[in-house]
Amino acid sequence: MIRVANLHKSFRGQKVLKGVNIEFARGKITTIVGTSGCGKTVLLKHLNALLLPDKGEIFIDSVDISKLRQKELYQIRAKFGVLFQGAALLDSMSVFENVGFPLREKTKMKESNIKKKVADRLEQVGLGEMGHKLPAELSGGMRKRAGLARALIMDPEIVLFDEPTTGLDPVLATSIHQLIARTQEAFGFTGIIVSHTIPQVFEISDYVAMLANGVVEELTPPEVFCSSQNPIVQQFIHGKTEGPIQVL
Amino acid sequence: MVSFLGRIGRFAIDQIAGMGRMFLFLVSAILLAFRRPAKLRLIVYHIKTIGVDSLSVVALSGFFTGMVMGFQGYYSLRKFNAESWLGSATALGLLRELGPVLSAFMVTGRTGSAMAAELGTMRATEQIDALYSMAINPIKYLVSPRIIAGLIAMPLLTAIFNVIGIFGSYVVGVGMLSVSSGSFFSGMENSVVFHDVYSGITKSVCFGLIITWICCYKGFHASPMATGVSQATTESVVLSFVLILVWDYFLTSIML
Repeated sequence: MIRVANLHKSFRGQKVLKGVNIEFARGKITTIVGTSGCGKTVLLKHLNALLLPDKGEIFIDSVDISKLRQKELYQIRAKFGVLFQGAALLDSMSVFENVGFPLREKTKMKESNIKKKVADRLEQVGLGEMGHKLPAELSGGMRKRAGLARALIMDPEIVLFDEPTTGLDPVLATSIHQLIARTQEAFGFTGIIVSHTIPQVFEISDYVAMLANGVVEELTPPEVFCSSQNPIVQQFIHGKTEGPIQVL
Repeated sequence: MVSFLGRIGRFAIDQIAGMGRMFLFLVSAILLAFRRPAKLRLIVYHIKTIGVDSLSVVALSGFFTGMVMGFQGYYSLRKFNAESWLGSATALGLLRELGPVLSAFMVTGRTGSAMAAELGTMRATEQIDALYSMAINPIKYLVSPRIIAGLIAMPLLTAIFNVIGIFGSYVVGVGMLSVSSGSFFSGMENSVVFHDVYSGITKSVCFGLIITWICCYKGFHASPMATGVSQATTESVVLSFVLILVWDYFLTSIML
């Protein structure tokens, strides 16, 4: 469904991705892990063409999106829902307006139906009573949940999660993970998560990919990942400073 | 020597490429403004933020500019025993030059900087990326309505600046310096023609475009960090001021 082939990306001469090859299974949750600054978010932003590759291909349903024109890219992006690291809610709108925003802009749905759908989604993420609040009035966890509700409002085929639990306490992190698992089960989307919250995130993942040195070093189910003999994986899981991953 | 020339060449290419990007940004914002659905609600909202919210500062600066013109004009004209021309001198100065330029400066400081900071913050907090990811064109949603609003609000603010400026000059000239009220207004009526009003309004429309274009471009392309936002805000204000003065020169020379 989503296949990345030989993806290269540099920023101002600094090579971040050096030939990434990975395939994401349809209807499953794949978590991408790796050290800070290794290019996880850069890889994620290539999947819905927020960034375009210097070299390589990204196939969504057999269409190479790296060669599409702007208008076609917008059609591809409509397949995606994205939960950004800071939720990226539009500050000038209430939570309710934020969640209903894609429906108002991209569909001709009646206002009464929009209100019902938004209320349903907010209820599902536990924000049923918070619709009138502005993003600035919400806690970090609530913002993430509102962002998740917005990401799911268009019933996307693929949902990208950029560090959904960063900055949250362990209890809240677990509740966000459970929410992702629950909604994935309910809607059946393909989930791709970038996360540092290991090993907790493994509980909701079908596959774990390790990104290091600009390439995917490992792509396995979580139980296999944890027992991997790959020294890079072992160093990362155990948080050792000595090993093949260079620590600055 | 070669590397020095290379650096100059690289700098020149970067500057030209930057200007090209700015121009393409404007073209795409204008083209998207004509694409359906029209963002009427957003245009009205931005007319309020650019126009209504700047009204007090424009009115205040217009009033004091007019009063200063009253004093300075009276001082200069008295040397030629031509105090009765005070209304005429004030009106021509305001309508043709000071009204459009000073109100554009006020709007740049009051609204343009806020526009750049708001879009820069949206860039830093991934709100612009969020619009892209929702398959919504952020230029159509964020930039085009602001540019249309700038084109509408700027001439209206300039007109208000001019009226209040003339009133300020009247207060000083007639109220404080004993210029005859009749000669103040009759001089104005005899010397001001439609072309004077037209040239001032044309300038203000151009300045409205410059302010919204530059401030939106700088904010939209700000580096996603706090210093990036502050730098974008500063650059947008400075560049808007410079371009307003440069365009003022060209427009004046064309429409004299």
